[in-house]
Formats: sequence, structure tokens, C-alpha cells
Amino acid sequence: MVMTFLRRELVLLARQKADWLNPLLFFIIVLTLFPLGVGPEPNQLRIMAPGIVWIAALLSVLLAAERLFRDDYRNGVIEQLVASRQGVMAFVLAKTAANWLSTGLPLVLLSPVVAMLLGVDKAAFIAMMLTLLLGTPMLSILSVLGAALTMSADKGGILLALLIVPLYIPLLIFASAAIEAAGMGLSYSGQLAILVAMLLLALALVPLAVASALRINVS
Amino acid sequence: MFKWLHPLAKPETLYRFCGHLFPWLMLSALTILLVGNVWGLVFAPQDYQQFDTVRIMYIHVPSALLSMSTYTMMAIAAFIALVWQVKVAQWSVLAIAPIGAVFTAISLLTGMAWGKPMWGTWWEWDARLTSQLILLFLYLGVIALYGAFSDRQTGGKVASLLAVIGVVNVPIIHFSVEWWHTLHQGASIMKFDTPSVHPSMLWPLLISLLGFYLLMLALVCLRLRTAILEHEQHRPWVRATLGGH
Repeated sequence: MVMTFLRRELVLLARQKADWLNPLLFFIIVLTLFPLGVGPEPNQLRIMAPGIVWIAALLSVLLAAERLFRDDYRNGVIEQLVASRQGVMAFVLAKTAANWLSTGLPLVLLSPVVAMLLGVDKAAFIAMMLTLLLGTPMLSILSVLGAALTMSADKGGILLALLIVPLYIPLLIFASAAIEAAGMGLSYSGQLAILVAMLLLALALVPLAVASALRINVS
Repeated sequence: MFKWLHPLAKPETLYRFCGHLFPWLMLSALTILLVGNVWGLVFAPQDYQQFDTVRIMYIHVPSALLSMSTYTMMAIAAFIALVWQVKVAQWSVLAIAPIGAVFTAISLLTGMAWGKPMWGTWWEWDARLTSQLILLFLYLGVIALYGAFSDRQTGGKVASLLAVIGVVNVPIIHFSVEWWHTLHQGASIMKFDTPSVHPSMLWPLLISLLGFYLLMLALVCLRLRTAILEHEQHRPWVRATLGGH
């Protein structure tokens, strides 16, 4: 059932390219703003790179989150799912997976280019890629949660950001700490372990909350 | 206990119950707060290192503790509202949220005022301060989420759901001083062995804490009464009680 939903999501994404291409372009544009804003000093950029990359990633995932459930809610797909009492959970998991495949994974794939642009050295670059690989699924899970909570709200857009950004904070702290440690040649397995722990915990509990948020929003 | 609690799920009974409770709570809260704060702010001894600045503690510590226990209370009410569909529980979530937000803001502001002379900085991004700030955002998120829905019923349920999700932050705040090496000091009262505060300072602190708790309960009673009236305004009993036409 998850695969059926996932295929549907991917077909929809393939037909609405703007939904996932725009956040990616946004990611790159935010990244180019930093060197222009703080000055193109290579050493300074290298120090700031972890924070820059992660903040750009957070913002671009947030941009994609707003439209996650909007169309399905408007055309009644979610109502049908809730009414049929079947597969709400599978739908949520497929939605999360599709969101990660369309926004998280491209960020991981783009990260070599980003590392080159910001002059990150090799150790920090590997850490950056690992944190993005472990952290972006968490971003997708949380943005699915935010989108589900605000699905039928009248003033959804900015509210979504207000709800979800505070939940992103722990992720941001540990991910940039890992990249920073790697940049100084220290071990960063502790930070990665915490990222994995947060991811597993979120993966186990958040879909339940999302499913009940969907039910509340259509009742 | 459920036999005793169950009648309170009826808005009318709860309205009367809160009405009986409120004057006692408010009166004792004000008396105890006056005693605790005057004792703490005027008569308690100075700290040998911090001098008079230590007196911020008599506001800062109770409000910080209250911000967490109020959140827990709100989350329990939210859980009851979601699982057993008790509507007064859902109203009390929204009645509690602003009170908790104000306590959180007070603890952050007094903490800043204390941090400036002691640590030499208004704000430091350590785990305790950051998680407390997230708590404030969670309170504000609950309030904002409720306000974003035109249907109050749905808004209340979604806000309750967020309140339940956000409860993960409470243990993080409490243990943040143990899990990370923070600038903020460790627990000195809420621990199992003897408190590391001298009795001459501990007593006024505990009395202030009790006063803050009573004040919080009194305010919750007051706000809950208003919420009940607001939601039930078209019911006959409200008209009978208030004598309207």
C-alpha cells in the first residue's frame, strides 16, 4: 500500500516540477546570498559554512512544506482516506518518503557543489554530507507534521514556519556541531549518533501524530 | 477519583466549582506571594558572591519551574481532550496556554537580568536557555494555531495535538543542565538528596514557589470560567446564572 501511494506521489511530483525544483533553486540562491552579504573572504566562509548550509536547507524544506497536503485536502483525497479508515498511515509514510526524495535527497546530491563553492575542506565535507543524509529525513518528517497540523487553517503559510522552526533547532545545533568538529579534525560520531537517535524517535512517533492531525482536520 | 472528577466534565458544574475555588486561591496566592517575596527580596541574607543580585532568584526560579509544570498540566488537559473528547479539557488547554507563556517570558527576562551581572552577557546560546526559548515558542504556537482556524472545534483539537507533541521538550529543559556542560547552573532544589541552598534562602524560595503555584491555579480558574461562558453563551443555564434575557 505504501508503494502504491509512493508511486502516486512521485507521478504527481514528476508532473508538477515547480513543487520540488523551486525549493532547490531557492537553496542555491540563499547560499549565494551569504558570500555577497558577509563578504567573499574564504576563511570566513569556511568557518560559517556549516551554519549557512543547514539554514539554507531548513528554509528550502520549509518552502516545500506548505504545499504538501494543500491539493490533496482541497480535492478531497484526504477526506476519502479518513472516511475509508484504510491506509492513512501508509499515506503519511509515502508522503514523507516522497517529500524526502524530492527535497532532501537533491540537497545531499548538491552538497559537493556547495562544499566547493564555500571552500569547505574534505573532512568537513564528508561530515556535511553525512549530516545532510541523516538530518534531511528528519526535516521531511517534521515538515509533514507541520503541514498536517495547519492543513485546513485559514492562515497556514507563516504559521507553519512558526510551528516547525522551533522543532528544527535541536537538529540544527547537532548537525552544525558535527560539521564544525570535523572541520577541526575532531571525532564527530557522538553528534551523528544523536542525529540518528532523533531520526528514529521521530520516525516512530511523528507519523502517528500526523495521522491523527489529518483526521482532526477533516472531521 | 474518577467518580469525583467526572461531574466536573460538565461545563456548568465546573463553572460553579471554579467560582467557589477562585476567591480562596487568589487570596491565599496573594498572601503567600507577599510573605515569600518580601522575605526573599528584603529580609533573606545576601549571597557572599552575588550580593543582592541573588534576590532575582525568588522570581526567576518559581517562574521557570511554573513554566514547565504549567506546560505539563496543559499537555495532560490536551491529552484528555483528544482521547476522551472532553470539551472542557480542550477549553482549559487554551485557558492555560497564555498563563504558561507569560511565566516562560518572565523566567527568560529575569534570567537575562540575572545573567548580565553574573555571566556578563544578556543571552548565551546554551542548552537550558535555548530549550526554554523553544518552550515559549511552543506556547505561542499553541495559541497561534488555535487562532488560525475559523472552526473553533478543529482549532482547539489541533492546538491540543501540538501541546501533546511539544511535551518532549519538558524533560529536555529539565535535564539540559546535566546532559550538556552549560553556563546555567545545575539543579539545586529539584533533586533527590538535600537541596544545596541554605535554609535561610530556601524557605522564602519555597514559599514564593507555593505562591506562584496558587496564583497560576487561580488564574487558570478565572480564564476557564470565562472560556466556559464564552463557549456556552447560548445555553439556558448561562442566562439563568448571569440573569440575562
